[in-house]
Amino acid sequence: MGDAIVITSGKGGVGKTTTSANVGTALALLGKKVCMVDTDIGLRNLDVVMGLENRIIYDLIDVAEGRCRLAQALVKDKRFDELYMLPAAQTKDKHAITPEQVKEIVLELKQDFDYVIIDCPAGIEQGFRNAVAGADRAIVVTTPENAAVRDADRVIGLLEQSQLSTKLIINRIRQTMVKSGEMLDIDEICQVLAIDLVGVVPDDEKVIKASNTGEPTVIDPTSKAAIAYRNIARRILGDMVPLMSLEDKSGVFKRFRKFLGIG
Amino acid sequence: MAEKQHIIIKGVKEGLLFLLDDQCEFPALLDELRVKLEKTHQQVLTGPLIHIHVKLGKRQVTDEQKEQIRTIIRQRGNLLVQSIESIQPESERTALVPEQFKIVTGIIRSGQTFEHDGNLLLMGDVNPGGALYCTGDIYVLGALRGMAHAGVNGRQDVIIASSLLRPTQLRIAEVISRPPDEWMSGDAAMEFAFLESGQMQIDKITQLYRLRKDPIVFKGV
Repeated sequence: MGDAIVITSGKGGVGKTTTSANVGTALALLGKKVCMVDTDIGLRNLDVVMGLENRIIYDLIDVAEGRCRLAQALVKDKRFDELYMLPAAQTKDKHAITPEQVKEIVLELKQDFDYVIIDCPAGIEQGFRNAVAGADRAIVVTTPENAAVRDADRVIGLLEQSQLSTKLIINRIRQTMVKSGEMLDIDEICQVLAIDLVGVVPDDEKVIKASNTGEPTVIDPTSKAAIAYRNIARRILGDMVPLMSLEDKSGVFKRFRKFLGIG
Repeated sequence: MAEKQHIIIKGVKEGLLFLLDDQCEFPALLDELRVKLEKTHQQVLTGPLIHIHVKLGKRQVTDEQKEQIRTIIRQRGNLLVQSIESIQPESERTALVPEQFKIVTGIIRSGQTFEHDGNLLLMGDVNPGGALYCTGDIYVLGALRGMAHAGVNGRQDVIIASSLLRPTQLRIAEVISRPPDEWMSGDAAMEFAFLESGQMQIDKITQLYRLRKDPIVFKGV
């Protein structure tokens, strides 16, 4: 029996889909059998980020309404054998499916996969309730902005009501801005939200580039964000991985000084 | 004795405990009490001064009925009635005591509100977007970053105290204050807000005794 994790945020544009794609891929990299479920019906993106748009035949709604079997709707990833995706429908909206139907589908997926990653739409309405219905635990994504933290707080409150254990990912942090006091720092966010942190992802231009080419960032080991996502995947598996340093690339001399402990 | 006993007498450290059945008729109970005291348990109940605690179970009695019990027991000179108690049902208990001191543990997150009739102690934070409404005082053992409204029914003598007072808005009775615009305290000391001639004021918690001469003591919950 697998584990279903919903990735949610409340606010839009903080990186739910990117996080879902990368965490899913990172878990596959670590040898787990993973299925990603896009529940953002009408505004599906996960397939685009994964570069699997042109392989979709059936979708979530087709499964829910019995037009196809679940196995037929799953899209296999082009890079990993053990990575699958269940796309959302693009022509319908959130009311085309009920939380009970999603719950049933996720339960069926959990029989075959180690991890089911559910990509949640923005907002706290029907789409959110659909996505959360089948989940065993939740990861809330936020960015270091007040608006995103407020929405994350609201969502955490709702998740607590459904008694899901909730962890936090802080996305798109810029160390230089944090240092100059222009951006909320990690401690401030954690203090307000008061839940466990599962990872911090630095702002990285490679993430944008990767999502446009349909290759999840996590595959490119030279990207800092990729390392962060891999660490998150390991923490999901239960490993103790320390938070990576967010310092900007340092020169040889600086690194040497740091090695000596005087930097 | 053939019929079922309605009164059980137990010896405890403080004296004697009279456990009275709460299902039978009240007169029957009184009759049995008389019999127990005057006849069957006479030997047991003689001697030095004994304190009596009467437990009525779930039975609700009037003051008059309580007095009846008292008089019967008092007929024996050495018995002293200390208390007559009955278990109150949950709903009535709150109805009887309108203002209560309540301790709540948890985080009031964005979009959540907590209302209480009486004084409230919150063990946890109030996050921005969360709100507390209270007819009495509000004490937050944690950070108050959201909204707190004390004295909802119009009481002006209430306070809002917090370990870290960083609210988005404070209200006492009808007065509304917006902290960052109107006041801002820099230090992380425990503070409280109160009304002084219709104006919201903030001060350190150590200054509270100037406002309230009597120490704040809550007896029981």
